[in-house]
Amino acid sequence: MLEVKDVRTSFKTDRGLVKAVDGVSFTLERGETLGVVGESGCGKSVLSKTIMGLLPSNASRSGSIKFEGQEIGGPSIKHMRDFWGTQMSMVFQDPMTALNPVMKVGKQITESLRHHLDVSREFANETALQLLSSVGIPEPERRLKQYAFEMSGGMRQRVMIAIALACGPKMLFADEPTTALDVTVQAQILDLLEAQQAERFMAMILVTHDLGVVAGRADNIMVMYAGQSIEMAPTRTLFSQMRHPYTEALLKSIPKLNQASHTRLDAIGGRPPDLVNPPVGCRFAPRCPYAQAKCHQEAPPLMVHDTPGHEYACWFPVGTPQGAEALAKNQGSIGTAVGGQ
Amino acid sequence: MSEVAPMTEASPEPTQEEEEATKRGLGIAAWLAIGWLGCMVFLAVSASFLPLDDPINGSIRETPGVSYFTEGHIFGNDLLGRDTLARVVVGTSTSLSIAALSIGFGTLIGGFVGLVAGYVGGRIGTALSAMFDILLAFPPLLLALTLVSVLSPVTETDPPSRIKRMLVVALAVGLVSIPILARITRANALSWSQREFVMAAKSQGAKPFRIMLREVLPNVVPAMLSVALLGLASVIIVEGGLALFGLSINPPDPSWGNMVASQVDDLGETPHVWIVPSVFIFLSVMSLNLLGDVVRDKFAVREAAI
Ligand SMILES: Nc1ncnc2c1ncn2[C@@H]1O[C@H](COP(=O)(O)OP(=O)(O)O)[C@@H](O)[C@H]1O
Ligand code: SF4
Ligand SMILES: [Mg+2]
Repeated sequence: MLEVKDVRTSFKTDRGLVKAVDGVSFTLERGETLGVVGESGCGKSVLSKTIMGLLPSNASRSGSIKFEGQEIGGPSIKHMRDFWGTQMSMVFQDPMTALNPVMKVGKQITESLRHHLDVSREFANETALQLLSSVGIPEPERRLKQYAFEMSGGMRQRVMIAIALACGPKMLFADEPTTALDVTVQAQILDLLEAQQAERFMAMILVTHDLGVVAGRADNIMVMYAGQSIEMAPTRTLFSQMRHPYTEALLKSIPKLNQASHTRLDAIGGRPPDLVNPPVGCRFAPRCPYAQAKCHQEAPPLMVHDTPGHEYACWFPVGTPQGAEALAKNQGSIGTAVGGQ
Repeated sequence: MSEVAPMTEASPEPTQEEEEATKRGLGIAAWLAIGWLGCMVFLAVSASFLPLDDPINGSIRETPGVSYFTEGHIFGNDLLGRDTLARVVVGTSTSLSIAALSIGFGTLIGGFVGLVAGYVGGRIGTALSAMFDILLAFPPLLLALTLVSVLSPVTETDPPSRIKRMLVVALAVGLVSIPILARITRANALSWSQREFVMAAKSQGAKPFRIMLREVLPNVVPAMLSVALLGLASVIIVEGGLALFGLSINPPDPSWGNMVASQVDDLGETPHVWIVPSVFIFLSVMSLNLLGDVVRDKFAVREAAI
């Protein structure tokens, strides 16, 4: 249903060209969920906005994006308006800023209903009511007449989801839908998204910096680093035989239940590279515990190695003899490599 | 040793600054200002229905130039025997009409252009705001003076009617207020347009015009209102300035400005004739400025944006 091929997005800035997304490809079918995972700043949101065609004016994109066979990666934004809301829509990270502070939430739901489906006010109100109850909001009649500031964070995000679902999109982007929320309501919102996705048989792209969030929920996971996809696999495969050192580091940094949701990736030191001048060779090399001389010179290609459907880009993958040897070498114990032949 | 604090279940909702500001009362000064302006609007609207003396033609039976509290004349009369109260009330109607018309005009046009410039941004936005800056570089009083004298020259034989003259003055002053309102609207529209809910509306397929009017504009209204209130105050003063040059409404029709102006050569002889409208001007300008500030604070209009 969605076919993304070698998509690149860059921003013109005073510092130079920021290559926020640098050659990402994947496909997504109806009813499937793709988890997009990576540290903050690695281009996840830009990727979603690129596919949606919601980029600011200083951005340029290239590559092919096919939605149900139709190319939507072109330069024209005008025809995207027909897709927004009815074909694809988006749940934003912070429901406080994604809801209009001076418009009643009921109005915000009916607005797009009436605009797209050209229905009567009564019908739109009725639909809004049903939507609110379907996203688990008690007393929907009362809530319809409230403003965003009168609601709790979890409630606002439910409203946001109701708005996104209003016109029955075939594809839903959820960009860190729980990052701004309290830990206790995060799971509820994720469950709600999952339930709605299954019920409506939508395709969903679930963006998060937390591998734990997508663990039980995504069919496939794509790990992004510095604007590139560096490992992609069916969820179970990824967790059972992850190959990329960055994925491993992400897994080690999954926030434990009693930690705040914003914990930095401190299992590995350093910061993601500058996207204006990314390092030559593997972009993760400066931070990678496995890195060898080759990594700094030659960029590893993203490709299928052993298991079909499991792609990764690394010269010394985790859990392989080469990887083990490289790690051992870096830890200063050459010759005692573990992992056999 | 300090103990580890137990995890709190759910953090309390963040209290919103705006919410608190909304809950705070208006304060006595603001209510007084509203009261005064309410009276002014009442006088302006009902001027022609109130049982007032003739503001244009004095009565020869009276002693001219008496000051206050002479029978029948709370504020006395002038050297032509015209009742000061009647003149100041009709003047209120003239001055406020000019103020409302010009700021209404400025807000409508300036607001629309500013909204487009702020939302569309890019080159169009830059070009438009360069235009405002050029307009702002003209000294406002001079511009208004020029406009009035060009648009409505007073010739001996054919003096323009009161209404026409009022419209011309309002237009001239309103033109001056366009760039001011455009600028503030653009700055606010720009910052609101970058908010996520605008993107969210867009991602639901809303058209640009709809987003401007339904999503951005309502959020910009407080800033516009605040500036418009300050603008009304300025117009009242500018009208006084025009009157000094004989370019406001034509005498003998009264406005606050030309009641004062008619006395500038001789402030001492019948002081009540200029003091009364001056007090009206002073209190109205004060009230408008105060309410402008109240609106700005209450809706947390950011100074930086102004
Ligand atoms: N409008 C923009 N102009 C310039 N740079 C941008 C813009 N939007 C995003 N970026 C840059 O693109 C990179 C990726 O951002 P983003 O996709 O938001 O990361 P995340 O993975 O946290 O969602 C960041 O380095 C950010 O600075
Ligand atoms: S290619 Fe080298 S630097 Fe890059 S992740 Fe693999 S081992 Fe680390
Ligand atoms: Mg993001």
